[in-house]
Amino acid sequence: MKNLLQRLKNKEILVSDGSTGTMLMELGLEPGEPPESFNLKRRDLVEKIADLYLSAGTDIIHTNTFGGSPLRLSFYSLEHKTEEINRNAVLSAKKVVKDRAYVSGSCGPSGKFLKPHGDVEPAEMYSSFERQINTLVNTGVDILCVETMTDLREAELAMKAAKTISPSTPLMATMTFNSTPRGFYTMMGVSIEDAVEGLEKFGADIIGSNCGSGIEDMIKTAEEFRKLSKLPLIMQPNAGIPRIVGNKPSYPETPEFMAKRYKEMISLGVSIIGGCCGTTPEHTKAIRKLVDSLQNQS
Amino acid sequence: MDILKEISEGLQQGDDKKVFASTKQAVEEKIPPEEILDKGLIGGMNVVGKRYKAHEIFLPQVLLAAKAMHAGMDVLEPLFIKEGIPSRGKVVIGSVLGDLHDIGKNLVGIMLTGAGFKVIDLGVNVPPEKFIEIARQEKASVIGMSALLITTMPVMRRVVELLKQQGLDGKIKTVIGGAPVSEEFAQEIGADAFGYDSINAVETVKELITEA
Repeated sequence: MKNLLQRLKNKEILVSDGSTGTMLMELGLEPGEPPESFNLKRRDLVEKIADLYLSAGTDIIHTNTFGGSPLRLSFYSLEHKTEEINRNAVLSAKKVVKDRAYVSGSCGPSGKFLKPHGDVEPAEMYSSFERQINTLVNTGVDILCVETMTDLREAELAMKAAKTISPSTPLMATMTFNSTPRGFYTMMGVSIEDAVEGLEKFGADIIGSNCGSGIEDMIKTAEEFRKLSKLPLIMQPNAGIPRIVGNKPSYPETPEFMAKRYKEMISLGVSIIGGCCGTTPEHTKAIRKLVDSLQNQS
Repeated sequence: MDILKEISEGLQQGDDKKVFASTKQAVEEKIPPEEILDKGLIGGMNVVGKRYKAHEIFLPQVLLAAKAMHAGMDVLEPLFIKEGIPSRGKVVIGSVLGDLHDIGKNLVGIMLTGAGFKVIDLGVNVPPEKFIEIARQEKASVIGMSALLITTMPVMRRVVELLKQQGLDGKIKTVIGGAPVSEEFAQEIGADAFGYDSINAVETVKELITEA
């Protein structure tokens, strides 16, 4: 496979996949059940989802390990399965893509707060990320993706673990922002300015945002990122804010609607575009079509 | 400085040690516990709530303020029990089945306790039957449910349905909250109220209990 960072330097636009969680819910994930448990009991479904995204034209497949750090898994008393869960997820992704896409090791928040806001010591959180990332790297991910962070200190610990374990693996880092009357902030009060400064300092190769909002706000977020950073950007919006229809969430932003707006994101200079909650292989197909049409023009 | 103001400011700064010490001092100065609670702790928490709503401060500051509130309540609670001050009512709260998020629910619990309610916190992942069983047992007048996941919101509907089936609707009121929850959803499932944040949740519970 061609070097990812080199491709981005050459101004190539890459497509990242959509939501794994949304697809797992379609395929039987129960409320309150951790998506990562499917790496133990239903690997066929994890592989099916990766295959759907690959067929839809993604260049990057994220592993089903968003909540795969032992601290996060401890909510479900699954921390003793950390290695198996993360290893299986990477093996499943690799089995499907066979070098036709990059496998990105997803590493989401621990779900806990660092002292003094919560009760977790930084050293404990670091070793939690270290344990997950060790398995991701040793099983052969092409990229590491520290994502959906809201606390810069937590992001730093995860990124430090990534850079220590494998300095040569490209590192993506994203945070989740909400629109407020005073601008964009994470739940923990991190502004885009602080996020860019921090993520760059902690060694990210690619930075950006995911989750939190639909494409409209994500375009504004991308604009601010672009003003503040020269690094390649990744943006993965939700398919809008969901509503409950019957007993299921329904996301308002269709693939066609989003594809039109993704065009604006590309013109802002975003290098990797994909989706988060509510986006499906149909969204990925629409993004692929858009990216192909733009790259054929140039 | 006025000791009550000191408590309020300590709470706003999220300084639990200061709040603990000032609350103790206020008790030693023979200020009635209700007044310490009202003007000191709740006074401070109201400022925190307002600033949070205005996005001047964020979750970390609220979490610290909540810790400080706890520190103050540790001093006051034994006095309330000793003096037999009647609580304003009992509220059973919890995050619904399938939902392991507890930040919002905990804040609501602290605010309700601070406002003088007796709070029975069932924790996270609470089955619908359990809300009702405990509410009946404890003779609570309100059930407060929290959901942070859109996939767990239907559990709230189930609780409202079960209350109806058991003829308890109107006797035990329901209030729901959480990021994906809305006024619209509350109406759709027939819940008695929606609390859009922890401060509003307290107001809402006060109203529900007065109505009853």
